[in-house]
Amino acid sequence: MLRFVVFRLLQSLVALAILSVVVFILARATGDPLHMILPMNASEEDYANARQYLGLDRPYVEQYLSFVGRAVIGDFGNSIRARRPVIELLQARLPYSLKLAAFAMVVSLALAFPLGVMAAVHKGTGVDRAAQIVAILGQSLPTFWVSIVLVEFVAGRLQWLPAGGADSLASYVLPGFTLGWFVVAGMMRLLRSGMLEVLDSEYVKLARLKGVAEHRVVWVHALKNALIPVVTFAGIYFAILVTTAIVVETVFAWPGLGRLAYDGITSRDFPVIQAVVLTTAAIVAAVNLGVDCLYALIDPRIRYGR
Amino acid sequence: MSSVIDVRDLRTHIVTRWGTIKAVDGVSFALGEAETLGLVGESGSGKSMTCLSLVRLVPRPAARIVGGEVRLDGEDLLAKSDAEMQQIRGRKVAMILQDPMSSLNPVFSIGMQMREPLAMYHRLRGAAVTARAAELLAAVRIPSPETRLRAFPHQLSGGMRQRVVGAMAIAGPPRLLIADEPTTSLDLTIQAQYLGLLKELQQRHRFAMIFVTHNLGIVARTCDRVAVMYAGRIVEIGPVRRIFTEPAHPYTRALLESIPRFGARRERLTAIAGQPPDLASLGAGCAFAPRCPAAFERCATAPSETAIAPGHATRCWLHARA
Repeated sequence: MLRFVVFRLLQSLVALAILSVVVFILARATGDPLHMILPMNASEEDYANARQYLGLDRPYVEQYLSFVGRAVIGDFGNSIRARRPVIELLQARLPYSLKLAAFAMVVSLALAFPLGVMAAVHKGTGVDRAAQIVAILGQSLPTFWVSIVLVEFVAGRLQWLPAGGADSLASYVLPGFTLGWFVVAGMMRLLRSGMLEVLDSEYVKLARLKGVAEHRVVWVHALKNALIPVVTFAGIYFAILVTTAIVVETVFAWPGLGRLAYDGITSRDFPVIQAVVLTTAAIVAAVNLGVDCLYALIDPRIRYGR
Repeated sequence: MSSVIDVRDLRTHIVTRWGTIKAVDGVSFALGEAETLGLVGESGSGKSMTCLSLVRLVPRPAARIVGGEVRLDGEDLLAKSDAEMQQIRGRKVAMILQDPMSSLNPVFSIGMQMREPLAMYHRLRGAAVTARAAELLAAVRIPSPETRLRAFPHQLSGGMRQRVVGAMAIAGPPRLLIADEPTTSLDLTIQAQYLGLLKELQQRHRFAMIFVTHNLGIVARTCDRVAVMYAGRIVEIGPVRRIFTEPAHPYTRALLESIPRFGARRERLTAIAGQPPDLASLGAGCAFAPRCPAAFERCATAPSETAIAPGHATRCWLHARA
């Protein structure tokens, strides 16, 4: 197991190295950031000065090596637009994104588990159909619409919860629910199909024959066998939620990473783009490693020998 | 002698798109302590559905027990509440399934799966459960049982896993053990060992046993009586010796003729002509009549059970009086 973890960490480092080249090139493919920050009447000389000041006049290889060399020790340079160290921006945003994604994940798990399991147990009945409708609505209703409706009714008319910001736990509820509900559909269907297969198995039959109570048959004997695909799915979506919740962050004025990435891209802020992409990649790698370790905990047949 | 299990006129129907199937159609038999009944017949003849009906675990909602009585030590199981029935399953009526490779839960340890019934049946806790679980594994001759408790199913061989299932089955110990083709997927040598083990456990705990199989050789070695099922009915029931020497029903005779015999001179094996019946479109008559070499006019109506000797009965017009 330890060898597996070390191997996977090395693998992730290689992936990050390759990705650093790709993001370096693609960021520069978006155009010249100076057009965005210098005034309309700036002269050729102003451009040359600014370019030299930002280090953009140096050869690409040199720029890349200095970017990577400093990124390794956690220094992503200064934001071209905000004129502050990128790492400060990241430190301000990342915790909020992680916390919101975690909250959203808890919401979707809390919805998907009862819905998926009940749908499988009561397959083909009204319960099944109702569960599927609840799940599919979350995915098919546009996130911006759900957000706006929640702000209007729950925050506006009913005044139950704050409409925006990230000041208290209550302010997590609306954005967390919006994001979480979106993920429920996929998770619920994975659980439902997994449970249907497992509930039909011989070992579930034997558990019933042993006299195990039905709720224990379903929630212990069967459920643990249906978990693997759900864990995979939840891991992937956690990483996605951390970085791409742009719409929800905008509507609920959430100080998250999605907005930072969006602003970085539209203003061609190379250091910010590079930092956000590499951070995202590191999160994806970490989550995947976590998911793989969870597999081994859930299913004893999965052991990472070498 | 009072019977441990007394089944009377049991009927289980399955509703399908093509009509209602009478999977178990008026099955009756009784078994005493330490007695073994072999339940034989082709696939789809209703053997497994009969067994599942005894513990009321027929696949719902399609299948339903529609009539009859299942008396275990005099109490009718069909009249019990679901909660009462759950107390009886495993504890008083245990079952061993066909495929040991798939009948243990792959994600839980042998220990967890062994301790579970012990905690339920005997309210054992802590070290006492583990000790008892190890004792049970030892009783089915699993070497170093304490170590095995920490193992997971995929770490054991098929024969070993079926022993574990056997150990769980005797945790009660049960009054009735239903073994649904428990040795079909085991190697021949392991099969013989396992059958020996089951008989030994039966001697020790005196439970009645229903042995479902289509291997007549196993029946001859392990059973006291045989019930032959065809299309949801018991067409012949009797002591093993009589069934093998004087089979009454043409179907039983055909089954016996289809066993290859060692040393028989170049005789061709006899297959039973025709196809197993389509249970959704059975007529009113004897279900075997279309394939029966001895069929005659009366077979157009269903024969009732006729006793031909003490403990030996059949459903066939050839043996009906008058």
